[in-house]
Amino acid sequence: MAEQVDKSRPIANTKVFTDEETRRGYRLNKFAMSLCKPQNRDAFKENEEAFLAASDLTEVEKQLIRDRDWRAIMDEYGGNIYMIMKIGAVIGQGLYQIGAHQRGQTYEQFLDTRNASGAR
Amino acid sequence: MAKIVAGIGTSHVPSIGVAYDQGRQEEPDWKPLFDGYGPVKEWLKEIQPDIAIVVYNDHGCDFFFDKYPTFAVGAAETYPVGDEGWGRRPLPDFPGDADFSWHLCNSLVYDEFDITVCQEMEVEHGFMVPMHLCWDHDDGWPVQVVPVAVNVIQHPLPTAARCWKLGQAIRRAAESYGKDRKVVILGTGGMSHQLNGARFGYLNSQFDNDFLDKIESDPAALTAMTHQQIMEEAGAEAVELIMWLTMRGAIEGPVRQVHRHYYAPMTTGMGLIALEAAS
Repeated sequence: MAEQVDKSRPIANTKVFTDEETRRGYRLNKFAMSLCKPQNRDAFKENEEAFLAASDLTEVEKQLIRDRDWRAIMDEYGGNIYMIMKIGAVIGQGLYQIGAHQRGQTYEQFLDTRNASGAR
Repeated sequence: MAKIVAGIGTSHVPSIGVAYDQGRQEEPDWKPLFDGYGPVKEWLKEIQPDIAIVVYNDHGCDFFFDKYPTFAVGAAETYPVGDEGWGRRPLPDFPGDADFSWHLCNSLVYDEFDITVCQEMEVEHGFMVPMHLCWDHDDGWPVQVVPVAVNVIQHPLPTAARCWKLGQAIRRAAESYGKDRKVVILGTGGMSHQLNGARFGYLNSQFDNDFLDKIESDPAALTAMTHQQIMEEAGAEAVELIMWLTMRGAIEGPVRQVHRHYYAPMTTGMGLIALEAAS
């Protein structure tokens, strides 16, 4: 049987969302998933610190959110983009802002790399 | 019997849904995408399917990683519009055909596809974007739906070949149904894109166009691809494309291409192919 995910061939600048990643990121991703409920979005917007305090995130994970450190959340702490986008939405940063941060670029620099950036 | 008369492969990019809700279809950078679906809409009005089976993945709407099913099939009379974290979109809920769904579930499980049967299922952009691109819905949706959710986000994922075989099993199920129904199947997701890491925004239009060629003329070649190959060539999130193989497995055999379109404005290759069973 061919290997579906070949760990001997890591893809540069890429996190494949495998068992290691989903285990590492479980708390952060679950926190993000809770924002599908409007009352949680409201609570987050009303008082971010209180909302973080009531979560089961570690202090390190809370700081990642305070810092909007999307790159670290995705690269080092097991964030799943589809979940983490929900945190961005509450904060007012969309997928492309999160993506620009992961690339180490400003939002404007990132948009300049696209074919038709009006389609966003 | 129910006959699968057509298959559609289409992207389900969430930003399309936002642009749609905001009425931005005529903006220069969006117009090519929305115009690309015009011929498919017209064609679907002609063939008037009774049922649409939509193969998609849940991106954290009704399913989370506490328990994320490899294959899940809707078996409800109605599928509500879910809230993915942006609030409920202004679309009507989707009508199901629970009799057909239950027949499908029975047939699939006895055919050794151990799916999760869902009597309640909220649907999200992976399902909804293809629906509103393909059908107008001013007076409600003109077709009954069966959502089929596939895990393409948390590895281990089902293989490309397994997704193809699911399509074949869906066809067998349809053909053993006791009532006459006209069915269209949609395989959604992709095309090339990557949303994580410094490789965010990676696109490969050449891969996408080759995939569009092969899904029509040589799908067996695509079933041999590993997730690794797809991710290397087309981006980590491009692996969603294995869901197109479920569509193609369900209309295995000669097909006639009705329409094809491709546009890659931002971070995802937005592809579309409409195929009719040749027989």
